[in-house]
Amino acid sequence: MNEKDGNLLEVKDLRTYFETDDGIVKAVDGISFQLKRGETLGIVGESGSGKSVTNLAIIRLIPDPPGKIVSGEVIFNGQDLLLLNKEAIRKIRGRRIAMIFQDPMTSLNPFLKISKQLMEMTQLHLGHTKAQAHAHAIKMLETVGIPDARARADNYPHEFSGGMRQRVMIAMALSCEPELLIADEPTTALDVTIQAQILELIKKLKQETGTSVILITHDLGVVAGMTDHVIVMYAGKIFEQAKTSELFSLPGNPYTKGLLRSVPDPTAEQGKLYQIPGLPPDVAHMKPGCPFAPRCEKVQEICHREFPPFVQLNADHYSLCHFAREVYAESGGGRAS
Amino acid sequence: MTPDPNLLHATPETAITEGEFVRGTSLWRDAWRRLLKNKLAVFGLVVVALITISSLIGPTVIKRATGFTPDYIPTNDTSLIKSFPPFTGPNGEFSWTHPMGTDNAGRDQLARVLQGGQISLFVGIISTFVSLLIGVSYGAIAGYVGGRLDNIMMRLVDVLYSLPYVIVVIVLLSMFRSQTARGQLVLLFVALGSVSWLTMARIVRGQVLSLKNQEFVMAAKATGVSTPRIIFRHLVPNTLGPVIVYATLTIPQIMLTEAFLSFLGFGVQAPLASWGSLASDGIQNIAIFPWQLIFPGVTMALTLFSLNFLGDGLRDALDPQMRTT
Repeated sequence: MNEKDGNLLEVKDLRTYFETDDGIVKAVDGISFQLKRGETLGIVGESGSGKSVTNLAIIRLIPDPPGKIVSGEVIFNGQDLLLLNKEAIRKIRGRRIAMIFQDPMTSLNPFLKISKQLMEMTQLHLGHTKAQAHAHAIKMLETVGIPDARARADNYPHEFSGGMRQRVMIAMALSCEPELLIADEPTTALDVTIQAQILELIKKLKQETGTSVILITHDLGVVAGMTDHVIVMYAGKIFEQAKTSELFSLPGNPYTKGLLRSVPDPTAEQGKLYQIPGLPPDVAHMKPGCPFAPRCEKVQEICHREFPPFVQLNADHYSLCHFAREVYAESGGGRAS
Repeated sequence: MTPDPNLLHATPETAITEGEFVRGTSLWRDAWRRLLKNKLAVFGLVVVALITISSLIGPTVIKRATGFTPDYIPTNDTSLIKSFPPFTGPNGEFSWTHPMGTDNAGRDQLARVLQGGQISLFVGIISTFVSLLIGVSYGAIAGYVGGRLDNIMMRLVDVLYSLPYVIVVIVLLSMFRSQTARGQLVLLFVALGSVSWLTMARIVRGQVLSLKNQEFVMAAKATGVSTPRIIFRHLVPNTLGPVIVYATLTIPQIMLTEAFLSFLGFGVQAPLASWGSLASDGIQNIAIFPWQLIFPGVTMALTLFSLNFLGDGLRDALDPQMRTT
């Protein structure tokens, strides 16, 4: 058991490839990170950077074929999830690791009542009887702030608004009190005020239950407000990994810097919003050098030639760049040697 | 440039305050409401219901009222012509005893048409049910599992499709020709059911293919639901709309096939009757005793029409976006 160091989840050198007609797509290519109990980890990156695939790989939901977890370890509570058989992993899904998906409009079954969908969870994992499961479902709906939960439980998903549905999804995910909650862009499909409500709800429930959370998002504002640690992903690799406060104040990677500059600043003068030039690379046809080189402001000749090293900047701050220390120093990272 | 973390705390309330409570309406209830607005479909529904009910209780009622069973052949009647026109007694006078007249052997035509209805509807419904059972499971499994299994299963369907199924049914029926009328009936169910599930399997597979990549399936997987449960609890209910529509349209199709087979003499055997076999008997005497063909024919046509109207209405009701009118 990894109880000593407090790690709930430890991902080591995870690689997930997809075989396509166009070649092998290395969606996740050598990812390692740890998550301590009760902590929140943010994973940010552009579309297609491998954020979602990482998390689907953790609970082994990669569609196979065409996807395949090529190598790596996913150690959850001292147990390698990648070695478990189908039956065993099914008992962990939902019970100990739960997921919330991006689009609440499509992630509920349109033909089943809300209560039925919530009941399925606890009947399956906790062995609840129908009556117990129903009572529990209503309790969960109340917990996530659905008004008049007893009556609304008999509604169908189409009678709920987007925000309410996401609340139902959260209620469902938390109904077995999982140790890890994976929220895959939980607010992307919602409007801004609802986003804030949902995030606040996740935060509140996290504090009450002590669940660890992995929050996947491309919204840096969400990361800033919610997480303890952040991973920045690009082209299936971790580009930077740090404590949230440090990442925002002392970024050590040109890509992270670019991302931070792309966030609109309401206090600044109106002007053209910065954007990182170019497009994310085609992960099926990767060139030998740094994947970010063609878009990087600091690009040098070496970047096109050699794959960058994963530089440790301090105790828990890493950056994948040939010039990580320089960038870090530029941001004001004094202790960097 | 760093986003202000406090921005997230701008709306502290975590409970939604929504208006008064809305009573839950299922998609079924919505569809039912839409169906009731469609006059033609309601007409179809009423006619089908009436014909079904009168087929079920009709023969018993007639037996109570007049003493005639569908297979009662008068023995004391020595006249040469035993087939009377509607509302006519043995001596040509007006009479209520045989509202549809009698057939060649002197049996009451109304009782026979109603009993024929029983068998025709029974064949249609049972065969459709068999095709539902096989077709839905087969198609759902092929569609969900996909890959090689899907390929094998659907190629098998293609092969069965390419066989001319009327001939298959005729071969089946004549190979296993049963001595009893009831045995023949069972054979007919098997033969019709076993060829009519193919289209159903294709429809369901298509539906499942488009549904299985939706997020709610992924969500169900992520909550640890087993594969059979995902297929039969999460996917199959979502395919029910098109399945019901197709099933309603399959019933008349199978009834028609049954009539066709009975007409050729392969289907239901006397003393049992179906609309097809009644029409087959009637057509031999169409010039002299037209009522022998007209009554079973018209009844069957009316039923088939109504079932088709109902099926069309159901399609519109269950899939409002498909509506063309």
